[in-house]
Parts: sequence; structure tokens; C-alpha cells
Amino acid sequence: MSALEATPPVVPNNVRKTALNAVHRQMGAKMVGFNGWDMPVEYPASIGCGIVAEHLAVRTGVGIFDVSHMGDIRLAGREALAAVQHISMNDASRLAIGQAQYSALLYPQGTFVDDVIVHRLGEDEYLLVINAGTREKDFSWVRDNTRQFDCKVEHLSDDFTQIAIQGPKGVDVLQKLTDADLSAVKFYWVTRGTICGLKNILMGRTGYTAEDGFEIYIPPDEPTSARVWYAILEAGKEFGVVPCGLGARNTLRLEGKLPLYGHEISDTINVWEAGLDRFCKMEKPDFIGHAALEKAKTEGVKKTLVGLEMVDRGIARDGYKVLDDGGREIGYVTSGSPAPFLKKNIALAYVPPAQAAVGKTVKVEIRGQGVKAQVVPTPFYKRPKKAAKSE
Amino acid sequence: MPYPTDRRYTKEHEWITADGTIGITNHAQDSLGDIVFVELPKVGTEITVGKAFGTVESVKAVSDLFAPVSGTVTTVNDALATAPEQVNKDAHGAWMVKIKVKDPAEMNALLSAADYDKFVSEEAGH
Repeated sequence: MSALEATPPVVPNNVRKTALNAVHRQMGAKMVGFNGWDMPVEYPASIGCGIVAEHLAVRTGVGIFDVSHMGDIRLAGREALAAVQHISMNDASRLAIGQAQYSALLYPQGTFVDDVIVHRLGEDEYLLVINAGTREKDFSWVRDNTRQFDCKVEHLSDDFTQIAIQGPKGVDVLQKLTDADLSAVKFYWVTRGTICGLKNILMGRTGYTAEDGFEIYIPPDEPTSARVWYAILEAGKEFGVVPCGLGARNTLRLEGKLPLYGHEISDTINVWEAGLDRFCKMEKPDFIGHAALEKAKTEGVKKTLVGLEMVDRGIARDGYKVLDDGGREIGYVTSGSPAPFLKKNIALAYVPPAQAAVGKTVKVEIRGQGVKAQVVPTPFYKRPKKAAKSE
Repeated sequence: MPYPTDRRYTKEHEWITADGTIGITNHAQDSLGDIVFVELPKVGTEITVGKAFGTVESVKAVSDLFAPVSGTVTTVNDALATAPEQVNKDAHGAWMVKIKVKDPAEMNALLSAADYDKFVSEEAGH
């Protein structure tokens, strides 16, 4: 065996820890380094966990994630909207107070600084939730590119412990702990309320699992973070709640074709290639990257993101080559894994548009062998539509 | 979990019995997590001490299997192709291959159960 990583008991000083780090270790989580953070990849089988069990819990019941490594940037002031519009590709003018949208920060080349969720919290107040690995880069980018606006930019990444409660039962679990009426909160909207006695807590009906659920933003001190974490686990017992690590977070987002920075999107991939057209509003006032995207649109893309399903036995992994039938290299896998809920081996890959049609057969090079795969419709998984509730 | 004393171990986390049956250790399956794929050589394949002879994949990771000693594969546990999770359930029972050991003296270089246990504890405490 090789590539085995034992749980590092001592964390080097330059590795960052969330306020729940001790809780994860106490629960026996397997810890890994992720973008400079010491994070749980999965919890032990002895408490009913492991990537597959955690993944299935989120698809069928509920799971909770410590996502405090995610970053937060607040823009507030008279010209906050104009600032957000200038640095992001979606149209923030469409947001009502309390509404959120998926968007991205772009370089002038039309490639990605990062993808973000933009929340409109007040008349002139916006919160951008950003990726862990790009926190500092994003904040500098936002600050430097909004100087011309009358708008204060604050880096709030260390101000919250962020916990995601995900799955069809997620709303039921959180409802037990808050006075806010969660049934009134639509997908990609936020509310505020008391949770575990903590007042005015932000709760967003958002997530990264292709499932219903909430993300809550609580004070970042260790005792409060631990108290809320355990309260959610206690409240979720009747629904079979489990703690989930980054392993399940990755397989869940992959089934839902949610992009991961550094994989499906990066500073060398543009919006059209990534297939994120519907989140890019070319008709809104000018934004960074607009001109390059306009040009790129007329030129057409050289590569496009597709979903692959392995036909023959084998698992595509990040970075593996994609070959055509004749064995010629045509692209690469950005994310590949067994899909625990779909029980298939799936991947996202960049290939030339000519090879991207659904049904097209390609090969993925696995340990020197071309293994047959097929282009399939994405997302691989879509959550079932709920029947309208009468309550 | 105590490591069975009827076999020897490698620092790459394989075990081998005196009759040449090879598998991975409980520590290995625990580190890998949910095992979803096992790729093994065909009967008749010559395997060489220290060299990769197969692959084990979990949801998260790909890991090579290294030959504890040299030999020729005589039997392959085909059941693992369709039930790789057996390795998680019973790593010391779910064997991978049986080989005809080329040079039994090579076994002497491998770890005893006690030494392997110590090695794993030290690795976890590095």
C-alpha cells in the first residue's frame, strides 16, 4: 500500500484550524490538509460515518458540515450595488433584500478569480461567501477593484463559524433550534433568527451538496461553535443526522455538477468553457471580464466541460487524460470519483466541443490503459422536486 | 484490533501468510476509507518484492499494492471485484492473491505482528 496518510496529531503552526477543530478530533475524524486548513475528510465508521454513509445521509436525510474555512467579504455603503455589479458576473440588481445568487469574480480575461455566493443583506449591504483557498486573493481583488466606489469593503472571514445543515431533513433539524419560520425561506434566500439562544443569526438556504439545506453563520469562538454543533447533532438524532467531512462534500457537489475552484474553474478557464452562461448576465452594465467574454463568444470555445460516466471498469480521477476512440489525447478530467448515491463512476472533463455531444464515447487513461466512458447529461444528480406543502 | 500473529507484515501495510496469501492490513483499510475498487493481477503473473502488483481504490484515494516478497500468482480473490467492501469489513480475512513464494528467506525481512503494531503506532505519532 502507498499514499496512506495517517491522521497528523500535531498540526504545524502555519496550518489553520476552525473553531471546531478539537470537536472533529474528539469525534475521531480523519483530518487532512485542505488549502492550508486542517479539516475533517470523514468521520469514523464506528459512529456510522465514512464518505459513503455521510453522502447517503445527505441525499436521504441530513448531514452537517463545518465549512468555517469558507471566507466572507462584506460590501456596504451608498455605492455597494455598483461595486458588486462591477466585480461580479451575475446581476446583483435583481436581488431583493434577503436574496442570494450564485456568481463569480472574473479577471479581465473572463477567467475566474473565484466563484461566490452574493447575499443581499440590506438596502446597501452585500455579503460575498468565497472559497477557503482563495480568501486573501479574493479580498485583495475585491478591495483593489472597488476603490472608485463609495463603499466599505470588510474581510469577515474570521468572524463566523459556518455550519452547513444539508439534506431533505435539514430544514426540520434547524427548525427545532430556531424561532425563525424556515418554511417561509425559499431556496437561495436568507433569514435571521435566534439559534440556541444566539440572537440575530444569519441563516441562508444555500449549500454545496445539490440538496436542500441551510448554512448558518454563528460567532466564531470555540465554546459557542462546539455548543451549536452538538445541539444540531442532538436535534437531528431523530432524523439520523451524521457529521460529514470534505470527502462527502466533494462527492455530493460532483454529483450535482457544482464547480470547484482549481478544478472546473480557474484563472485559465473562462465562463463559456465552464458552461456557467446562465449565471453571467452580459446585458447588465459593464463588469470586469465583460469585453473579453464578448470576444470569446464570437470566437467560440476550444474546450467545454462535460459529464462522463465510466462504461468499462475503472475510476476516473482528477487530472487523468481523456482520449478519443483512437487513443489521441483530447482533454482532461477535472474531478472524478465513484458517485455514492448514483452508484456509478463519474467525472467532469474538458474536451473539444466536437467530442462533447451526449452519447459520445471517449476513453479515460487509467494507469496507462484507455478505459471506455460516455458523455452523459449533467447534472448527474438533481434533487427530486418536493410536492408543494400546504402548511 | 490486534494483528494476527500467523502472518508477516510490510511497512506498506500488506500482510502475507507462510503459504503465500496476501492482503492489506486493518490499518490500511481504515486509512483508505470506503474501498470501492480492487484491481489484481492474473493467475501466472510474476510479482517482485517491493514492486506494485495491483491497486486498491477508495472513494477518495488510489493506492498501489506492493509485493511483500517475490513469487507467482496462483489464485486471485475474484470476489473482491464485485464486493470490494469486504476489505473494509474484514481486512485480515479478505485476501487479495495467493502466490507461490520464490524465496522463503525473503519472509524474514518482514515485520512480525508486534513490530507492525508498533510501526503503525509510531507512524500515527510522528
